[in-house]
Amino acid sequence: MDKITRFSSRTVVLPQSDIDTDQIVPARFLTTTTRKGLGKALFADWRYDKTGQPRADFALNRPEAAGCSILVAGNNFGCGSSREHAPWALLDFGIRAVISTGIADIFRNNSLKNGLVPVIVDAATHGWLLANPGAEVTVDVESRTLGLPGDRRVEFPLDGFSRYCLLNGVDQLGYLLKQADAISRFEKERAWQP
Amino acid sequence: MNARSLFEKVWQDHQVVAETADAPAVLYIDLHLTHEVTTPEAFNVLKSRGLAVRRPDLTLATLDHSTPTVPVRSLKDLERVAESSAAAQIRVMIENCREAGIRLLDFDSDQRGIVHVIGPELGITQPGKTIVCGDSHTSTHGAFGALAFGIGTTEVGHVLATQCLLQRKPKTLAINVSGRLVPGVTAKDIILAIIGRIGVGGGTGHVIEYRGEAIAALSMDARMTVCNMSIEAGARAGMIAPDDVTFQYLQGRPMAPAGAAWDQAVKRWRGLPSDADCHFDREVSLDVSRLAPMITFGTNPGMVIPIDAAVPADSGDSSFRKSLEYMGVEAGKPMLGRPVDVVFIGSCTNSRLSDLRDAANLLRGRKVAPSVRALVVPGSQATKKQAEAEGLDKIFTAAGAEWRESGCSMCLGMNGDTVGRGQLCVSTSNRNFEGRQGIGARTVLASPLTAAATAVAGRISDPRELLAR
Repeated sequence: MDKITRFSSRTVVLPQSDIDTDQIVPARFLTTTTRKGLGKALFADWRYDKTGQPRADFALNRPEAAGCSILVAGNNFGCGSSREHAPWALLDFGIRAVISTGIADIFRNNSLKNGLVPVIVDAATHGWLLANPGAEVTVDVESRTLGLPGDRRVEFPLDGFSRYCLLNGVDQLGYLLKQADAISRFEKERAWQP
Repeated sequence: MNARSLFEKVWQDHQVVAETADAPAVLYIDLHLTHEVTTPEAFNVLKSRGLAVRRPDLTLATLDHSTPTVPVRSLKDLERVAESSAAAQIRVMIENCREAGIRLLDFDSDQRGIVHVIGPELGITQPGKTIVCGDSHTSTHGAFGALAFGIGTTEVGHVLATQCLLQRKPKTLAINVSGRLVPGVTAKDIILAIIGRIGVGGGTGHVIEYRGEAIAALSMDARMTVCNMSIEAGARAGMIAPDDVTFQYLQGRPMAPAGAAWDQAVKRWRGLPSDADCHFDREVSLDVSRLAPMITFGTNPGMVIPIDAAVPADSGDSSFRKSLEYMGVEAGKPMLGRPVDVVFIGSCTNSRLSDLRDAANLLRGRKVAPSVRALVVPGSQATKKQAEAEGLDKIFTAAGAEWRESGCSMCLGMNGDTVGRGQLCVSTSNRNFEGRQGIGARTVLASPLTAAATAVAGRISDPRELLAR
């Protein structure tokens, strides 16, 4: 995984609350056996019309969204299915952070393991971001802050371990493999066997 | 020792390394359930790093998500009926399991079925275990007093390689359910009411324990329905304390302990229920004695009303409006009586024998309305066989419903079983998200009783009326 310290972008905004992972990647795209190339499936049913043409009125299709790597979304983003295809699709499309007042647990876990930064902000900051699509913001993993125009900064929650992994590009499987001795000991010494 | 909750006991029993301020806990996993959709990339990672599957003996695989529900007994059959990418995915699953020595319940297995139906059915889902699967409805297994939760594909790889996960300890939420259900009202209605109450994000960061007389009175099938939808409230997991109902369900099942091991296990399991004065981070109470059958009206499971109530007034919220527009329903108007196109009885929420019996009871001697396509998909091949032994299949087919092989089917429309654009489907599944059952499909979540009553009437119907006849 690449190291992530900080990055800046204009925002693209999807204000709906409870955007579920079926919207992020509809299930019919899940018959793949690789994580690659899912960007084309991102928000497929919102992005394209019945004939497969891009909908001009969808935020991600607008010219000003080109190159934006930070998504601002309504509360409880990423609820529903555990499909990791959701962060894979966002990353493949070019999104590197999602900002909301709430992000669902499994989606958040999946995101952190792939270098998609979940940024949870307070309602006032969120309200401002929703009202100002295209604002230039900075996600700073190092200081766990979101930089807003006018030198404003708000903190966002990120546990120390996740922060360390993002900053150093640490792959968590490597970390777990290093626990092999402790795992073997646990298997041997536990009171009952599954 | 301090008073501990059921969750706390299972969590502590599986800490290989306890969490610290700097690092999450290393949590040992007793059972890893797998299926064809969320595993291929995990196996790819293991292969690229030269890693073996640590405990194939604690891993069990099935085919359910992209698997056809028309009869398939071999890969040759599959190529004929499935979309090429789905067939390829299943082929990869079969190969990966063979290489790793993982037991796969393949097409020719009479134990194959939806991953959350077969675990309990085989008796491998047991109290006090940690159970994970690359599927959010893994919470189902919590009905047995297991700590069971859905994970992503990267974490599937972690478990394959190390049998462990890095986890931050979640908070606990007790949901106390009192009262006695009236006829026509079921576990599905309880859980829909709970989600309506706490909201689709209301359980985020928490493990729910469902408690109280109304939960204790439920069968295991019904408890699974409740725990299954914990994720629809955003919860990490849902759990119910194991009791004699749990033990009776498990005893004698193929993979449950037997003989002296059974006695030892039950002794251990009896120590699992939450201590009387244990602490929960949050508590919610619900009395279900006046609960009506519940149905959803919007595009998430929290948008739910009693079947005889009107859709709530327009709150002015744009997400609410968008949702109603998608569903083609109006604020302030009833859902009852709306014509439906499809009725789906199935999914890991409601495809067990008691669900099929509920639906068959209302369909016996009746016909599915001519305007309705009704699809009944048992949760497993074993459930299918039991249902057929009871003659339930005959009741369904005589009524004009389709009776299928097991699988996830129309719950998520990955296998070709889909609802058409703009069509309204009353479904016993768990998600009424936009397009979940097919592009442009509209879903109303309900119990098997409500679904069956609706199939007969051709419009959304209150099962209590049909039951009273």
